[in-house]
Amino acid sequence: MMRAFHMLVARDTRLAIRVGGGAGMAVFFFLTVVSIVPLGIGPNLKLLASIAPGMLWVALLLSALLTLDRLFQADYEDGSLDLLMTGALPLEFVAAAKAFSHWLTTGLPLVVAAPLLGLLLNLDTEDFGPLVLAMLVGTPALSFLGGIGAALTVSIRRGGLLASLLVIPFYIPVLIFGVGAAGGGGVSAVPGAGGQSLLLLGAVSLVSLVLGPVASAAALRANLR
Amino acid sequence: MQNFFAMGGYAAFVWPCYAIAALVMAGIAIQSVMDFRAQQRLVRELDKGKAARPRAAAREAGPDR
Amino acid sequence: MTAMSDLTASQRLQAFANPARFMALSDRLLPACAVVTCLLLAAGLYLSLFVSPADYQQGETVRIMYIHVPSAWLAMFGYMVMAGASAVALVFRHPLADIAAKSAAPIGAAFTFLALVTGSLWGRPMWGTWWVWDARLTSMLILFFLYLGYMALWATIEEPVRAGRAAAVLALVGSINVPIIHYSVVWWNTLHQPASVFRIDGPAIASSMLMPLGVMALGFTLFFVTLLLVRMRAEIFRRRVRVLRLARTER
Repeated sequence: MMRAFHMLVARDTRLAIRVGGGAGMAVFFFLTVVSIVPLGIGPNLKLLASIAPGMLWVALLLSALLTLDRLFQADYEDGSLDLLMTGALPLEFVAAAKAFSHWLTTGLPLVVAAPLLGLLLNLDTEDFGPLVLAMLVGTPALSFLGGIGAALTVSIRRGGLLASLLVIPFYIPVLIFGVGAAGGGGVSAVPGAGGQSLLLLGAVSLVSLVLGPVASAAALRANLR
Repeated sequence: MQNFFAMGGYAAFVWPCYAIAALVMAGIAIQSVMDFRAQQRLVRELDKGKAARPRAAAREAGPDR
Repeated sequence: MTAMSDLTASQRLQAFANPARFMALSDRLLPACAVVTCLLLAAGLYLSLFVSPADYQQGETVRIMYIHVPSAWLAMFGYMVMAGASAVALVFRHPLADIAAKSAAPIGAAFTFLALVTGSLWGRPMWGTWWVWDARLTSMLILFFLYLGYMALWATIEEPVRAGRAAAVLALVGSINVPIIHYSVVWWNTLHQPASVFRIDGPAIASSMLMPLGVMALGFTLFFVTLLLVRMRAEIFRRRVRVLRLARTER
């Protein structure tokens, strides 16, 4: 069964990279969103620095949402999803494999891009480390919870927007704790809050590793049977 | 009486609250009842339509669905 | 015919599973529900506006509490009904369960909206702004989004049984997340206001205010139940219409 899991991850990753859409598009969107923020609120460096962790996280969230409908839709449309559902690998593991692949091809590239984009927002260089760590811990939650939205809307044409709307409320704890762990959001005023938020973020991610695939599988069954 | 309507100076906040509550609650109540009546009427019409054509209905009910 | 009392609980539940049976039962219950609702709301209104004293600190604006607090309670109650019905739909496959969940959503959403608006109207004279990002109001706003997303999913999936199951999954995932979201919002809020404690309904509620509050809450709850029955009946008819129409086109 682990072999089947690995094969599915490899297949999805190869597809995401090959088509050229997934990873590149999300990072490009990330760059665009972060770039227009100063255009919207002015180039005041001090202001930008103060909102940088929060803004980077919000842009990260939105960018992760972009490639969500890719998760199940393509396979649904060409029938591979039906095959996967009847295959040897339990549907929960199928969903987990796809979410993991999404993290590898969307989440990780976004995390790599984040510090560089932080420069655009005058992010304090000593905040780079906490930011990357927080995003590494938090982005799996984005992929695994995002799968739920993708699975719920798999049978809907152009269901991407609805999937995003459904999933954003679930992203809010990730956002709040992620920003806290990155040193933003007034965390510096309260001692120990940064570490506490990182732990809470980790807890949310761990929960999503279980809740995500279970709920995604249930949603897929609801939509496909 | 005047005092009552003035609500100690907060009239601009208290009365809109009660008004909006009345509006929202009446609104969803009316919409629910109207929707129910509309569906009920549709069911009646469609049932009548089926009964008016007994042969077609029997033909359609033939192979058990 | 066995009397209802002879049946086990699950058999009784099965008896209500029949839509026709539900329609007959709700037909008999509705007038009584509606009448009691109106009486309770009228009594609550009288108590809130005339009998209740003005608050020592908040003055007459305390009367807003008699709308805001029950609305907030019903907003949460609505989601619990929705989630509970969804659980029954997924686990027990009770045929009326997803109909109940679908019917509960708009009513809960309406109360959530009401809680937000009255919260804003209460906050303006108290804190000077139309909106504050305090934990309670923020959580209520997110709850509103959860309701809207749920209703949007129902609206977007064409086939009712499939829509019902997908929506049930969403409602259950939502109910698991609501405590997590609420905790994170409270955490976020206290981070930004370490010193002050902003409680939208003041430090404590005097006993003379509990009566109007209780009556209003009861009235709102019964209002919810009455409309739930009305909407469930409408939804049962709506599905019948759909089946009849499909049968027609296949002739």
